[in-house]
Amino acid sequence: MASTTTVEPGRAAAATRARTRTRPRGATAAKVRSYIGIVLIVLFCLAPFYWMIVTSFREVDFTFDNTPWPTHVTLDNYRTVFDTSLGNHFARALLNSAIIGVCTTILAVMFGVFAAYALARLDFRGKFVVLGVVLGASMFPGVALLTPLFQLFTNIGWIGTYQALIIPDISFALPLTIYVLTAFFAEMPWELEQAALVDGASPGQAFRKVILPLAAPGLFTTAILAFIAAWNEFLLASQLSSDRTQPVTVAIASFTGSQPHQEPYTAVMAAGTVVTVPLVILVLILQRRIVAGLTAGGVKG
Amino acid sequence: MTVTPEAGTRDAESGEPPKRRRRGRPELESAQNRLGFYLIIPAIVMLLVVIGYPVVRAVIMSFQKDPGLDPSTGLFVSGGFAGFSNYVHWIFQRCGDVKCPPGTLGSQFWPSMSATIFFTVASVTIEVVLGMWMALVMSRAFRGRGLLRASVLVPWAIPTAVTAKLWFFIFAFNGIANYLLRTEILWTGSQWPARFAVVVADVWKTTPFIALLILAGLQIIPDDVYEAAKVDGATAWQRFTRITLPLVRPALLVAILFRTLDVLRIFDLPYILTGGANGTTTLSILVVNQIRQGFNSAAALSTITFLFIFLVAFLFVKFLGANVVQTQQSQQKGAR
Repeated sequence: MASTTTVEPGRAAAATRARTRTRPRGATAAKVRSYIGIVLIVLFCLAPFYWMIVTSFREVDFTFDNTPWPTHVTLDNYRTVFDTSLGNHFARALLNSAIIGVCTTILAVMFGVFAAYALARLDFRGKFVVLGVVLGASMFPGVALLTPLFQLFTNIGWIGTYQALIIPDISFALPLTIYVLTAFFAEMPWELEQAALVDGASPGQAFRKVILPLAAPGLFTTAILAFIAAWNEFLLASQLSSDRTQPVTVAIASFTGSQPHQEPYTAVMAAGTVVTVPLVILVLILQRRIVAGLTAGGVKG
Repeated sequence: MTVTPEAGTRDAESGEPPKRRRRGRPELESAQNRLGFYLIIPAIVMLLVVIGYPVVRAVIMSFQKDPGLDPSTGLFVSGGFAGFSNYVHWIFQRCGDVKCPPGTLGSQFWPSMSATIFFTVASVTIEVVLGMWMALVMSRAFRGRGLLRASVLVPWAIPTAVTAKLWFFIFAFNGIANYLLRTEILWTGSQWPARFAVVVADVWKTTPFIALLILAGLQIIPDDVYEAAKVDGATAWQRFTRITLPLVRPALLVAILFRTLDVLRIFDLPYILTGGANGTTTLSILVVNQIRQGFNSAAALSTITFLFIFLVAFLFVKFLGANVVQTQQSQQKGAR
């Protein structure tokens, strides 16, 4: 190890020369291998997603057509998804998910932003303990919260309310927010705040005109990550929601079709597409920042 | 704006912000301590309310009897102190004085424990190997990095409930999996195919996340290390085992730790994909199945689950030295 890590200037130059010399053949092979790898990864990630979309546009009678491209195209499945006559209230579930997601995100960011600022910028006693606690909390199994909360919410009549779904979601959204924001804050050029103060800005102006615009992208990304986590939550919602407050994840899992014992595959795929496509578009637009947030925070979405 | 940063830094150093400089003075240090405390406390209180309280409450509940018929006496009991009987019930699979009959929830503790461990070992192993390969491809990609990053984020962004339904469709009897493999397997109908389906779905959903974590670790390895090794005549395999693996180890361990703790609490996928049937009931599913048959017993089971996950995390940090907090810090520094 030691011999390979110490690079003398002469050797580095030799390395550069060696690289330029061997480029033609070695580089082409490497390029081909790289392209094959890229194609395989893209296929692995997108093929099932593509299959969901293709199926969502397929007529029910041709559910198991298995042709890899769109055939028997129809919009019927999307009509079925939003049809309330079969006992599915998908539109309401979408609204519920949005309410739960937005409230959870706002609360998590509100409480998380101060903690993250302190963790990123201040040296105080017990800082690493707090970091450890926050990380431990983000790895906490949801079932350990479920039983007491289920009993408590049953006793106080909260089952079927939004707060019964928002409060437990804080348990994973807040640690996630703190971690990702701490990472973002640690990378911010805080000297600019001092610079603004020296240039005659008031502390309020320095915050509003310098710090806030710099922090906004990180805050926004963090909010998106928290929102996605809350939007995707299933375990707690499946037990603590009623028909009236159930979010989309629970609605999709219990989606019923026109035939009692037949899984409405195409309609479920349409529902899945409706739930997923907005998220995917959002993620694609913000991909660079989301990857930074994910890997810095190292938290699961 | 273009000139201010430099000037600002210089001024900052000359003592304009007394708060961050001259750390030695005790009253300033305590001022930082106080400010840190005030900023941290709302979040900590919030965590205590949403996590601390339920956990303590679950432990208290786990030592209470569930109201119901006492199997040993046949009399109705309305609760009361249970001692460790709820824990004994699960761990020794005892229902009253007898062994829990097959089919009851009480007889499913060890089977669901082994299912959970199986999912963890199988998924994490495959995900780490596959994730490592993906990360290597992504780090060496000449072109198409944006495309790669975008497609890798798709499985991650899809809600697990939707993922489960999607793979349920793929693994349907007439579905595309049997069609492509030219098999006629009832995937969710028996133990190993059902477990296989769950692992495949989990691998698809979370390998990209592992790949991104490993990629972040790979990117802080300087190129000249590889160049030097090449000049010294190291083969590609040697470069991988002697340079890449040791240097990416901290990021890799964190990825493995996160995923391990995550699969140990797996619920959504098997619950929706197989309904927990055919040996795919995990500890989390067992807790949920128990919850409407007795809170206190469910609380004991969830406490066991929590302690088990905690123990695994502890062993991980102790023996593999996965120093999560420090890795986070150094990765942040590396990224700067």
